[in-house]
Amino acid sequence: MSWTGKLLRINLSSGEITTEALNEQWKNDYLGSRGLATKYLSEEIDPACEPLSPENKMIMATGPLTGTMAATGGRYVVVTKGPLTNCVACSNSGGFIGAEMKNAGWDMIIFEGKSPEPVYLYVENDKAELLPADDIWGTSVWHTDEWLHNKHQDPLLRIAAVGRPAENGCFYAGIINDLHRAAGRSGVGTVMASKNLKAVAIRGTLGVGNLADPQGFMKAVNDGKAVLADNPVTGQGLPTYGTQVLMNVINEIGALPTNNMKDVQFDGAHAISGEAMHEPRKSDGRPNLTTNAACFGCTIACGRISTIDQGHFSVKNKAKYWGNSGGLEYEAAWALGADNGVDDLDALTYVNFICNEEGFDPITFGATVAAAMEMYEDGDLTQEQTGGIAFNFGSAEALTKAVEWVAAGEGFGQDLALGSKRLCEKYCRPELSMTVKGQEFPAYDPRGIQGIGLNYATSNRGACHLRGYTVASEVLGIPEKTDPLTAEGKPALVKAFQDITGAVDSSGLCLFTTFAWTLDNIAPQIQAACGSQWTADYLYEVGERIWNMERDFNLKAGITSADDTLPERLLTEAAKTGPAKGLVSQVKEMMPEYYQLRGWSEKGVPTDETRKRLGLKDQG
Amino acid sequence: MNITLKCFAGLKRHLPPHAKANAAVVEVGAEMSVHQVIDLFKIDREEAYLVILNGVFVCPPDRDSTILQENDTLALWPEVAGG
Repeated sequence: MSWTGKLLRINLSSGEITTEALNEQWKNDYLGSRGLATKYLSEEIDPACEPLSPENKMIMATGPLTGTMAATGGRYVVVTKGPLTNCVACSNSGGFIGAEMKNAGWDMIIFEGKSPEPVYLYVENDKAELLPADDIWGTSVWHTDEWLHNKHQDPLLRIAAVGRPAENGCFYAGIINDLHRAAGRSGVGTVMASKNLKAVAIRGTLGVGNLADPQGFMKAVNDGKAVLADNPVTGQGLPTYGTQVLMNVINEIGALPTNNMKDVQFDGAHAISGEAMHEPRKSDGRPNLTTNAACFGCTIACGRISTIDQGHFSVKNKAKYWGNSGGLEYEAAWALGADNGVDDLDALTYVNFICNEEGFDPITFGATVAAAMEMYEDGDLTQEQTGGIAFNFGSAEALTKAVEWVAAGEGFGQDLALGSKRLCEKYCRPELSMTVKGQEFPAYDPRGIQGIGLNYATSNRGACHLRGYTVASEVLGIPEKTDPLTAEGKPALVKAFQDITGAVDSSGLCLFTTFAWTLDNIAPQIQAACGSQWTADYLYEVGERIWNMERDFNLKAGITSADDTLPERLLTEAAKTGPAKGLVSQVKEMMPEYYQLRGWSEKGVPTDETRKRLGLKDQG
Repeated sequence: MNITLKCFAGLKRHLPPHAKANAAVVEVGAEMSVHQVIDLFKIDREEAYLVILNGVFVCPPDRDSTILQENDTLALWPEVAGG
């Protein structure tokens, strides 16, 4: 019912390709996508394994609503053990390849082992084969995409690929699909390349059906689309301004991390904001933003398509970057911009293009450059290390050079490819890495938004806003406004957001629907597709089960409660300006209540009672 | 007295012509409330969903009673989100 009920298993070591029926019990317990793939991973690998060894596995997974006519039903995930974090990694992406995979008849593809030679997986409905990738190994995602389309002479082939940084072992390489959509975080692309797997190319023409109640599904889906269209956020704000509308909001409330989180407000915020992307440039009279764009089945269309001024220093004599391509989202604009003190919108767009072209995470990259800039200004790094370039905050030249070095794996780029945690440890300044469990923060300062700090500290994939986006409530008033400066009530808010997100991420829908939808809007769609048991209450329970399963994985991987914290800077250096002036994160004060609400021991371990309630295995 | 009025996203059209970067110094009457300033610039009260005075959100029930002071910054957005 809505699931295809089949998965592909690719043993890269032997080249053997097999098909399996989906585990019935597990799909009823974990729904699909993030939840179901993490269940498979948890059962099939030792969580303590080395992430870049053949013992690790990588799973591409869809949800039951992926590829259906549900609004935003185009999502897929990549689940593996992440090299950046040594925790469970789950990176979610839109575009079109998720729906294509479902249309080819597959809920999941499990990759195991390591190919002796570079290969790519070609799937055309029931046909799946590993083909040589020697001609595209050592090339970019964009080149790989073009080469595969030419080779197979199929413009509708959907492709996910890794670029050169993944091959070179950059700890935060992602997997890019459809040229500029990314399973971007935690180094999932690095795992893919470690298996000598360059790309996955899929063509599916079987259609997606198998719905429990087709007529009811049409009605539920249309009801949902009407809610999205009528909502000011999903109907107007996101299509017009994209996620970048947040730049001025977060700066105004004093929670925009700036210069490696030394400050919480950035003077140049407006120049790199969603509003600025609409304004004509002084140089060529054209705005940065060309148009918005939608992923498969999406009625929101928040994606940004941008151009760079052809006279801008970053693209002079580089015609390949003069056309339209994937533009800045808020997180990337923040990490590349405010966190480095750079207010040059076209420079940030160029860096974003390169992150897409070569496949690496702009959040971790930007935050790593920020740590390097602070070390440079403190004298821990000199131009001897930084390729002869002054690496000060605010330098667009340093930023654009840095992205080219990481893309090519050259010079200082090899240091920057480590991510900020390993980089700062290498130069004896570990306290300057703004990370949790090895992963860099997104664009919200925990001193000015207290709940998001607790979410960062407890996120199962390292610091991440998308695991429990309390900013919606604390700043934006969705579903209701809470005070961002207080810790009171935040443990319950964080838990609720985390559990609901676990369910939404496992459905095949986009999390952005939840700016307009609650589980009461989502449940009827899943029920009509998958069966009546998928009530809103049950989805909430499934989300909580997924969260605890991920926690168990991480505990077995060696994570302890000592890792559920924030960098010292955020605990001891108060915000200098704005409403949060004088405040530090109160994450330590919030943690005991959070553990209690989760049903965990004081050491952050799910109790026997919690395991029994959620139907989880004993820890062993 | 003068305040700085900032109007973002779809509310930009309510700013006076001399506005730059979505902000303008504007003159308002003494003792005016948040709602009175919003009305003064012909902004629909419901459309001004996110109302931030000197960086702090003003709840809808407080928008009649919160009085602006000289050099305050009032920033307004329609309902927006991202992430």
